Amino acid sequence: MARIIGGVATTHVPSIGKAIAEKKQNDPYWKPFFKGFDYVHYWLAREKPDIAVVFSNDHGLNFFLDKMPTFAVGAASEYRNEDEGWGIPVSRAIAGDPALSWHIINNLVADEFDVTMCQEMLIDHAVTIPMALMWPGEKWTVKIVPISINTVQHPLPSLKRCLNLGRSVGRAIATYPENLRVMIVGTGGLSHQLDGKRAGFINKEFDQLCMDKLAAEPETLTRYSIHDFVEEAGAQGVEFLNWMAMRGALTGQVREVHRNYHIPISNTAAATVVLENREEAERKAA
Amino acid sequence: MTQDIPGTVMFDGEQARKGYALNRMCYSFNSAENRAAFLKDEEAYCRKFGLTPEQRAAVKNRNVLAMIAAGGNVYYLAKLAGIFGLNVQDIGAQQTGTTVDAFKEKLAAAGR
Repeated sequence: MARIIGGVATTHVPSIGKAIAEKKQNDPYWKPFFKGFDYVHYWLAREKPDIAVVFSNDHGLNFFLDKMPTFAVGAASEYRNEDEGWGIPVSRAIAGDPALSWHIINNLVADEFDVTMCQEMLIDHAVTIPMALMWPGEKWTVKIVPISINTVQHPLPSLKRCLNLGRSVGRAIATYPENLRVMIVGTGGLSHQLDGKRAGFINKEFDQLCMDKLAAEPETLTRYSIHDFVEEAGAQGVEFLNWMAMRGALTGQVREVHRNYHIPISNTAAATVVLENREEAERKAA
Repeated sequence: MTQDIPGTVMFDGEQARKGYALNRMCYSFNSAENRAAFLKDEEAYCRKFGLTPEQRAAVKNRNVLAMIAAGGNVYYLAKLAGIFGLNVQDIGAQQTGTTVDAFKEKLAAAGR
C-alpha cells in the first residue's frame, strides 16, 4: 500500500528561480530563505519519497480566464514548464505517474469533488520552484501528481473545501495498492499583495497564527471566509489554500518538524514548513 | 462587487468580464514572439486584442492602478510589466506612489 510520509509547504515566488539561476543562495538577501531548506534536504534524504502530490495555483501559463477550473488534476506522464513571460529560466520537465493520477481522480469524483482531468498540463513556477528548492540542480528523484487550485478568479473555493479536497486525496493515496512513499506539497503564500494601493501588505502575526494552527488544528482556520483571508493575508495570500489542501492529505498523526519564516522575499512573507505524518499502524508499533 | 478592503480590488466575475481583452493580451506575452510584436508596434498589437479605450490609455500610460481599474489582473499584468523589465517591487512602488527603495524598506519593516 502507498504511504503518506508527510508534507512540505513553501513559498513559490518567481524571483527565487532567478536567484537560483544566478547562484545567489548565500547572498545576505537570500540566505535566510535558502538556509531554511537545509532541513528539508535532510528530511527528503531520510524519508526517500517516490512521489510528490503537489497542490499549487497556476498564474496564467496552463490556464487562462477563458476556462478556469476550481480544481484540476494532472494525469500526464510528463509535465513541462514553458516561458512565463517574466524572465525566469524554463525548468526541466518532471515525470508524472498517470496510474496514481487516475486513482486519485476516480476517488475524488466518487467523493463528489468534480475535478477537471488534464492529460496535458504545463506546470508553472508554482510547481517548478518548490521542486528546484527541494532538489537543487533539478535532480528530481520523485514523480509528481500536480493538483491545481484556482486562487486567481473569484469566487475561490473555501479553506474548508480545500482542506476536505486534501483529505479526499489522502484517503485515495491510502488505498493505492502500490508500495510507494508519497509526500504532499503545498506551495505559495504566505501573506502578500501585489496589486492595488495596498500592494506590499504583509501580516506577520496572521502568518504565524496560520502556521501555528496548521499541524494540529487546521479546522480552526476554516472559520475565515475568502474575504476575511484576503483582508488578513493580502490578495495573493490566499495561496494558502494550497497549504490547507496539503495539510488535509496528511491523514494520520501530524506534527510540525521544521519551520522557517522570513520577510521579505520579493513582496512576500516567505515560509517553509515540514509536517510529518504518522499512520495509525506506525503509532501503535512505536 | 465587494470592494470594502481598502486598496484592494477583488478579481471577481465583474472584473474578469471587464478586463477580458486586456488580460487576454497580457496572457499572450508568454510568447517571446508576441512580446517582440508588442514592442515593435504597440498600437497595432493592442488593436488586435480589442482593448477598450480605458485599457488602451492605461497601457499607454504604463499605469498599473488604471489597468486594474479597467479589469486587469496582476498575474497577467506582471507579464506586461516584464516586457519593460519591471518587477513587482517596481509596480508596487508605482501603485503606492512611492520610490522603489521606500517600497522595499516598507517590505523589510513588515518583518521587524
